[in-house]
Amino acid sequence: MLGLLALLVAGILAPLLQVLWAAVSDVDGFTLRHLGSFFRRPLFLESLVNTLASGLLAVLFGSLIGVPLAFLTVRYAFRAKTVLQTLGVLPLVIPPFVGAVAFQQILGRGGTVNLILHQTFGTTLPMMEGLTGVVLVQTLHYFPLIMLNTAAALAGLDPSLEEAARNLGSSGFRLFRRILLPLALPGYAAGALITFIRVIDDLGTPLMLNYTKLLAPQAYLRVTTVGLTDVDGYVICVILVILSIAALWGSKAALGLAEYATLQRTAEAEPRPLKGAAALGVWLISAALLGPALLPHAGILLLSLSKVWSLSLLPTVYTLGNYAEILFRSRSFIWNTLRYALLAAVIDVALGAAIAWLLLRGTVRGRGWLDAIATMPLAIPGVVLAVGYLRVFHGWDFPGLGQPLTATWLILVLAYAMRRLPYTVRGAYAALQQLPVALEEAAQNLGANRLRTFFRVTAPLMARGLLAGGLIAFITSAVELSTTILLVPRIELGPLSYGIYIYMQSAVGRGPGAALGVVAIVLVGCGTWLAHRLAARGAGSIFRL
Amino acid sequence: MSRKLSSEVTLEGVGKRYGDLWAVREVSLTIRPGEFFTLLGPSGCGKTTLLRLIAGFALPDAGGILLDGEPIDHVPPWKRDVGLVFQHYALWPHLSVYENVAFGLRERKVPRAQIAQKVAAVLSQVGLEGFERRRPSQLSGGQQQRVALARTLAVQPRLLLLDEPLSNLDAQLRAQMRIELARLQRDLAITTLYVTHDQAEALALSNRVAVMLEGAVVQQGTPEEVYWRPRNRFVAEFVGAANLFPVQVVELRETGVLVETGSGTRLPVPADPGRWRPGTRALLCLRPEALRLEEAAIGRGTGFLATVAGRVFEGDRHVYEVRLGEGAHLRVELPALGEGRIFRLGDRVRVELTAETAVLLPET
Repeated sequence: MLGLLALLVAGILAPLLQVLWAAVSDVDGFTLRHLGSFFRRPLFLESLVNTLASGLLAVLFGSLIGVPLAFLTVRYAFRAKTVLQTLGVLPLVIPPFVGAVAFQQILGRGGTVNLILHQTFGTTLPMMEGLTGVVLVQTLHYFPLIMLNTAAALAGLDPSLEEAARNLGSSGFRLFRRILLPLALPGYAAGALITFIRVIDDLGTPLMLNYTKLLAPQAYLRVTTVGLTDVDGYVICVILVILSIAALWGSKAALGLAEYATLQRTAEAEPRPLKGAAALGVWLISAALLGPALLPHAGILLLSLSKVWSLSLLPTVYTLGNYAEILFRSRSFIWNTLRYALLAAVIDVALGAAIAWLLLRGTVRGRGWLDAIATMPLAIPGVVLAVGYLRVFHGWDFPGLGQPLTATWLILVLAYAMRRLPYTVRGAYAALQQLPVALEEAAQNLGANRLRTFFRVTAPLMARGLLAGGLIAFITSAVELSTTILLVPRIELGPLSYGIYIYMQSAVGRGPGAALGVVAIVLVGCGTWLAHRLAARGAGSIFRL
Repeated sequence: MSRKLSSEVTLEGVGKRYGDLWAVREVSLTIRPGEFFTLLGPSGCGKTTLLRLIAGFALPDAGGILLDGEPIDHVPPWKRDVGLVFQHYALWPHLSVYENVAFGLRERKVPRAQIAQKVAAVLSQVGLEGFERRRPSQLSGGQQQRVALARTLAVQPRLLLLDEPLSNLDAQLRAQMRIELARLQRDLAITTLYVTHDQAEALALSNRVAVMLEGAVVQQGTPEEVYWRPRNRFVAEFVGAANLFPVQVVELRETGVLVETGSGTRLPVPADPGRWRPGTRALLCLRPEALRLEEAAIGRGTGFLATVAGRVFEGDRHVYEVRLGEGAHLRVELPALGEGRIFRLGDRVRVELTAETAVLLPET
């Protein structure tokens, strides 16, 4: 318990507090001077406004796409609905910064769509310029989070709640507004919340689109160009954390309603069957909403197979050379990814199981702290954690390593493990919660002590939930960029996401970069599918809060 | 199956508190070796808590528990050797029937070959040969119940604790399992503590019964004692059906007391004259099957005059509801097979009672 707490403090709390302290102190001690000066810098203020705008707009547009899709898929039954549900998860499978490259290729200034527009109408649309591009990419990447959470809330509603309203004379839009919407609100709020937090935390997308007037890229630039001594970097980090916490706090009221919405569920609501024209209509609406989000998958695949794709509708020369490059010549990226992500996932599974057990079955004091610290990474932007790590672990030799922790790849594993810990803690917690205590008591009653009981009864029964959580930790670590980009000690130690970033810096690197992107998609896709199989629940359940 | 000597359990003033509420208070009782002892009470009376205290899943806040004279309060659950059969069976879904039953033996480091032997023996004892490779989810409720029992019996515990083991079975299966359980317990001569809220089960199975209410034992004794000599109103009403009506003690006699009902009928009732004084108000308890009905015109003697207000045929008996003059109702059960006639609604009858079966209870 103490060791666990120490690890979490070193890996999560200490870096965070270091960043905080650096932002509010100078040689004389506590000061608010740095924070004050943040608000006098036009660039920073603009970044703050832009960050807020990108977060809110992504949530808004994401809701416009996600909520109707959630309603259609939950309330109606029609042909090939599962296909639609699967397609709805696909945008999450492509890392947003990879998606950014593909969108650039299709919707960018010299991209396919604008070429067509230019040829037919003699004009172009600046869809990928500046903030517009960032919001576009993030909206189309993150809306499934809103869709899945809303759909889950709707599907979980006791149908008798709606029937009671109908019975009392309510119907149509009034029924929707007065009963369904308020009851689905907690699920929707959860989806909106994670979308907001992930969007403001997203470093890769703005960097790929070369737009830096946002807080995350600003922090990154301060640290990489000015250095670790620059106080502005820390101040920006603190502002980011404040935004995350404000979002958490703001949605807490709505999340708190979750309890009564699923109370006393009697039966699964029967979706209304749709046929003929109505089904076609639903498909058309869905296609219009989903279609754009699936563009990058095609784009990145084409790009990875192309030798030349510039100022043309489609690639002009095809090749497999890009795959040869990443699979044989620079294979360290893929190998590193598998190594780091797997190690981080294993650590998370072990820690998750131990923490969940302590929280639900333990009697030691301080469990509340354990829970609080282990959940914290959900609200800490990756940039902030990375900056904190640099501050805590840089410049002193770690015992037993003979060099600073930040000079080795271990720092990446630590960062991944800590960032994704909430997934396994939650997975393990949920699995353990469903386990009647009597199953463990029966083992003790028959002579197994606590440890034996855990390994013979508790752990095997939690295995599916744990493994599902571990897989999510694995795939999300494998495509993590926000901390990676700041913490990679040397290029040959970089994982796949870093490789994509590096390749994309040059025109000739775009092919191999895209090929790495395809590897990332395949990795995440397979992992997601497996995790779903393990969790044995509805589509997208693992992406829910 | 060979057994070590059966154990004796002693509870000395055991109490368990949750917050401000005492879930178990000052319970003292001894369960003798080989005895079938039942804790009977409504839900929430603390009987399951008491079981968990003995199994070691909770620690008493007062008093102590002795197993064969040795205090066990600081022995962890896995070292108590006290077998508990859980209410919802708690079979491990990831293990087969064989592995479930073998679990405790493996924990006791029994050699592999011997485990196979013992598992086979205990499974045949509960009638589940051939089910070794099934998963618990592939079994019916009754079969799961047997596996749970086999799993506990396999380790030959010093004491068998059963927590409402039949409550999840349907009525027919419950009756069958009750008989099997009684046979098994007799064959093994294992000291057994049984928890139930079903008075019929308690009466049918037990050597002795303790009736619990609000954490305390209200009365303990043989099933016959508890049924025919309830100590207070709660026991009388909880164990079996009881007709209770207010009376006043008018006279003390050598072997009993004379009471008077509201309508002025006087009855001699067996009671300890030392515990009553004339003028005291009390409750008279009459078991429905200890009453007889006669036609009002024929009957004579001690009975009450009444009118038949309802009749239900229950197969083996007729259950009458009769209204007395003062507005009180009595439940009367008459065997369906017999020479007695069947009365109709509105018939005037005389309720006859055998004084020995009447019990005088304190008013509250």
